[in-house]
Amino acid sequence: MARITLDNLAHSYNPNAASERDYALKELNYEWEDGAAYALLGSSGCGKSTLLNIISGLLMPSQGRILFDGIDVTGAPTAERNIAQVFQFPVVYDTMTVHDNLAFPLRNRGHNETYVAERVQEIARMIGMEDMLRKKARGLGADAKQKISLGRGMVRKDVNALLFDEPLTVIDPHMKWELRTQLKKLHHDFGHTMIYVTHDQTEALTFADKVVVMYDGRVVQIGTPEELFERPAHTFVGYFIGSPGMNVIPAKVEGAKAYINGCEIALGAGYAPMDGKVEIGVRPEFARLSETDGLPVRVRRVEDAGRHKIIRAEFFGQDINIIADEDDPVRADMTRITFDPSRVNVYANDWRVAPESAEAA
Amino acid sequence: MQQKTTNHKAWFLVLPMLVLVAFSAVIPLMTVVNYSVQDTFGNNQFFWAGLEWFEEMLSDERMWNALQRQLMFSGIILAIEIPLGILVALNMPKSGFWSSFCLVVMSLPLLIPWNVVGTIWQIFGRVDIGLLGYTLDALGIHYNYTQDTISAWITIIVMDVWHWTSLVALLAFAGLKSIPDAYYQAARIDQASRWKVFRFIELPKMTGVLMIAILLRFMDSFMIYTEPFVVTGGGPGNATTLLSIDLVKMALGQFDLGPAAAFSLMYFLVILSISWVFYTVMVNLDKKGA
Repeated sequence: MARITLDNLAHSYNPNAASERDYALKELNYEWEDGAAYALLGSSGCGKSTLLNIISGLLMPSQGRILFDGIDVTGAPTAERNIAQVFQFPVVYDTMTVHDNLAFPLRNRGHNETYVAERVQEIARMIGMEDMLRKKARGLGADAKQKISLGRGMVRKDVNALLFDEPLTVIDPHMKWELRTQLKKLHHDFGHTMIYVTHDQTEALTFADKVVVMYDGRVVQIGTPEELFERPAHTFVGYFIGSPGMNVIPAKVEGAKAYINGCEIALGAGYAPMDGKVEIGVRPEFARLSETDGLPVRVRRVEDAGRHKIIRAEFFGQDINIIADEDDPVRADMTRITFDPSRVNVYANDWRVAPESAEAA
Repeated sequence: MQQKTTNHKAWFLVLPMLVLVAFSAVIPLMTVVNYSVQDTFGNNQFFWAGLEWFEEMLSDERMWNALQRQLMFSGIILAIEIPLGILVALNMPKSGFWSSFCLVVMSLPLLIPWNVVGTIWQIFGRVDIGLLGYTLDALGIHYNYTQDTISAWITIIVMDVWHWTSLVALLAFAGLKSIPDAYYQAARIDQASRWKVFRFIELPKMTGVLMIAILLRFMDSFMIYTEPFVVTGGGPGNATTLLSIDLVKMALGQFDLGPAAAFSLMYFLVILSISWVFYTVMVNLDKKGA
């Protein structure tokens, strides 16, 4: 296990990168704690695979250093880094048995057969494949193959980190849940440092202690699932996490009040004057329909999601979503909307602005 | 249950195809069958001969010798072309300009007509004017494909390798290209040696295309006629008289239609049965792979 430090790391696929726009991964400083489970979350092309490949050594960063436990490994090849990686498509050695697959990394490193057999047994028990060890790998299903890949990673005791590159993409939905649970349990029991790349927020939020949200080559927020939900640092985080995502509405902010088209909204705290594009962000969970209070809104559609209702509405010419409890009434005369003031975040140029004074809401 | 409609007029739609197949395959083949069970003393008069020709051919050393030479030829060229083709494919650039360049250069021999290939090598190997023959002779190496059995064999084998290794290489290259990058990355992480990458990743992923390559090369080399005929004409003596050369000699040279027909039928059955074995093995491998 190791602590992984990213020091001024950046990467561009263009060797003559001039402006920041040429960088697939923009400058980044971060320390991945030893033994924690991280998820790298973002839409396709946001640079998350680039970051993963730099950590695993498949890609040489164009700038900065990467350290494992304080030792610079920037130039070290994959094999020397002692990391394990599970790929999007299950990679197993088809002609070998499950046992030989699991033993492969150990045998290549010249361990003796008694140790190998012992270790393979142990790993097979961990991934629940003890009774399949004699089977050929080629006949197995995608989920079993993915377990073998995972086992091949964990079989080495000195592995620094386990990297996952969207490992559940080709797995059937009902097996996804099981594998995710198993992975979470393995992390809990054995404490490997795990980095999990995905574009699926449910996977990221259920798997990780900390979620790293990436957008356009930049890490926009690193936080616990709760932090990402309550205080998204960037409008993208608000929009990307949550279903539906956060409502972002252009507004004017003065002190502890925000104004939308001249209508006043109370904020949970006071803010210093700010420049540029100012918006407020409210999660649909913290917006409520009302008959009398708040600002005018026009309900367009109500979707019943079973446990709750999603109300799609129009608010000063802009779409807005509200999540209401299954039992909450939605009536034609409910033409106003209120927000929970303490849950309203303020954004300037897409980045969250910290309140100046914590006024009681 | 739905009622099946019966419409006999539909047979007319298959008729053109039946006529075509009849003229291109069935009738010629049946003519051969016809010849193989009859004898003639000229005047277009035929007598029923039963299986006599087959018995005669089976006890004839001439056919067995030709078959032996044929098996040896196919065996040798497979043993050279398959590994060599894989080796070439492994060392080809995977992408970019040089990859396309290699592909084009390699497909050139495949585009040359058989008799031209034969002529090229026939002249190339001549001791008096051929570059290869003259050079070898000047170096003091004994080489003369018109007189020496070993030289003749080496010439037709090298010629076949030159002509057809590209095909194996192209097929193997296609197989290699279809392996996702993740396999190589995983192998690097597992610290697999170059040999193990080949043995456990590349070779298993190439099995399918290699079976096709072996099958194609086997069938083609087993039926080969033009190239060795142009170079050596089956000689010196009968040293390079392969099955098809022998068959043509018998049928058109000596006009022994009966034995030649029996011969071709057995020839056909041998190719058919060996190909069937290959095919069965291939399909079984595929099933296991699923």
